[in-house]
Amino acid sequence: MTLLEDLAGALAGGSIEIVDLTHTLDPDFPVIVLPPEFGQCARFRMEEVSHYDHRGPAWKWHNISMSEHTGTHFDAPSHWVSGRDVANGSVDEIPAGNLMAPVVVIDCSAGAAENDDFELTPDILSEWERTHGRIPEGCWVLMRTDWSHRSGAAYLNMREDGPHSPGPTPDAIRFLIDERNILGFGTETIGTDAGQGSHYTPPYPAHFYLHGAGKYGLQCLCNLDKLPATGAMLVTPPLKIRNGTGSPLRVLALKEV
Amino acid sequence: MSDPIAPPGKKNPQRRTDVPNTPPPQRSRAALGLAAAAAEGRFMLQVCGSCGEVQYPPRDACSKCLSVDLNWRDVSPHGKLIAETKVRATTDLYFRKQTPVHVGTVKLDVGPSVICHVHGDVGADETVRLAIKLDRAGQGVMMALPAEETPFMDDDPRLRETSCTPKHRRILLTDARNPNAPEIAGALKSAGAEKIFVGLSEDWRPNRYHDDIMAVTGVEMLPLDVTDSKSVEELAAELGGKTDILVNNARYVRPGGLMARGDTVFAQNEMDVNYLGLMRLAQAFGPAMCARTADGTNSAVAWVNILSAYALVNSPDYGCFSASNAAAFSLSQNMRADFRTSGLRVLNVFVGPTDDDWHQELPPPKVPAKTLAGSLVQGLVDGLEDVYCGDVAKDMIERFRASPKIQEREMTGFRS
Repeated sequence: MTLLEDLAGALAGGSIEIVDLTHTLDPDFPVIVLPPEFGQCARFRMEEVSHYDHRGPAWKWHNISMSEHTGTHFDAPSHWVSGRDVANGSVDEIPAGNLMAPVVVIDCSAGAAENDDFELTPDILSEWERTHGRIPEGCWVLMRTDWSHRSGAAYLNMREDGPHSPGPTPDAIRFLIDERNILGFGTETIGTDAGQGSHYTPPYPAHFYLHGAGKYGLQCLCNLDKLPATGAMLVTPPLKIRNGTGSPLRVLALKEV
Repeated sequence: MSDPIAPPGKKNPQRRTDVPNTPPPQRSRAALGLAAAAAEGRFMLQVCGSCGEVQYPPRDACSKCLSVDLNWRDVSPHGKLIAETKVRATTDLYFRKQTPVHVGTVKLDVGPSVICHVHGDVGADETVRLAIKLDRAGQGVMMALPAEETPFMDDDPRLRETSCTPKHRRILLTDARNPNAPEIAGALKSAGAEKIFVGLSEDWRPNRYHDDIMAVTGVEMLPLDVTDSKSVEELAAELGGKTDILVNNARYVRPGGLMARGDTVFAQNEMDVNYLGLMRLAQAFGPAMCARTADGTNSAVAWVNILSAYALVNSPDYGCFSASNAAAFSLSQNMRADFRTSGLRVLNVFVGPTDDDWHQELPPPKVPAKTLAGSLVQGLVDGLEDVYCGDVAKDMIERFRASPKIQEREMTGFRS
């Protein structure tokens, strides 16, 4: 038996389960909201071209449109000014070998349930490592908040002073990059940064540091509560868009049952 | 006084909805001048440039001196009803449902005698004010109105037939996020609207006008995003059969012309809301509304677009927005053609810069939401097709009529 035959057997036999971490692309799914004088993230839209009717008797299809950063999506390094000169920084240039990697899940759901602005700190990461071991190099780190259980207004959680949702502190992100050399960082919220992330120094530290270091981002994930803290694998291929800064994608996790 | 029209009861679901019929639509090209005057609520007749004769009915040459130098001018609408009768039988499909039809002859102070519809509060030998009204075929027809306002005069059946009044009607206002939504909803309510449905896009983010809109009695907020075909189709499926007036106040505006950004991002948003949004609404709501134009007291009656006056000629400071409104204006003419046989009227309210966040760069005059709402509702009550709201819009149309080319040259530079 080859390794891949073993894998196929495990998938068929159910000892490896595939978990879908993706929200459905839907016109009503919230997107990040910037001050209105900036261009905005395009919402997902679908226009029917034909429906087995006079516009195309035997076929149904749609034209779709969206931003690179709509729905469950991948952030490439070129998305942020800090990553503008990073080699292989756009989605079409990312080596295929980086599109599957191990994943660790930091469970912040208890804290996020009590505090919309819950912060992932270096202390929490150290505590996690005391229990689960050192975060391996080249892995995805996902921040579980159970935020994906929210919907509608509670998901974006926009107030007069901006959105409120959990995210990492600048130090936590620096630790993951400088001390652990991760592949990327992912969240259940609308961005890899906290809702109030613009008030850190630097503003939006996850975007700034991750992409400046050539790391990737995943956001609007779901089903993180179905993943183990360690031992799962992520499959994360974005669309191959020339010079694309990101892409909606289907995020799959493989976990041993 | 006229008999006040009672609020309609619930519709009898076992009865066939009356089929829309229109009055005879045929007119000479010369007579279309009456429709043009009626579209704006003006009283205009042909005045001979050679001999000064005021003539009616409209012709291609002066009935007195045969000059073809005929000009449509605003003239005095006052006169006297010198004869009247009631038509009680007719083979015309539209008027069969309108009998008895009160008609008469008015001798105008400016000269001509006019055969016209007569308001129920007008009696023989009384002085009257003639108005040119759009009938359900979109043609200009004369109607003799009481010289002075009478109680409930708008409820006269003949006058109401030419009007698009919100009274007792159910309105869909498409965009709860437009700053003008509370004022428009309030003005419609004050004009007697029975129900005002207000469309709210993206209920996952707060709407700063929410409380002001909900403070208007008779308002219901429903999901609607004019940039999302599915959303428009779903609301039309639910509400199309009880939308009597649709007021499209959805608007996307960003300052800047062609060269301001060097991309098409805002321009696309403007086209998506201002042009394609209107198209989506028209395709989804148009058929159901057109089928209900004879459906009793709360029949479907009008469609309202709020257009920038810069749809006429581009304002380079808001150049891309102007272009999207020119597209919407053109589409509104297509709507008029497609809705014509049903009698559903398309009212375009042209407005200059509005007093809101996106016109902070501009000095006054800017149109407050209250003024816009007032003009819009008055346009419905008067049964108009074109309303120019505020000084800028009025000035724009006046200069456009004088010379579109001079106006274009004037507006396109040199700018300081």
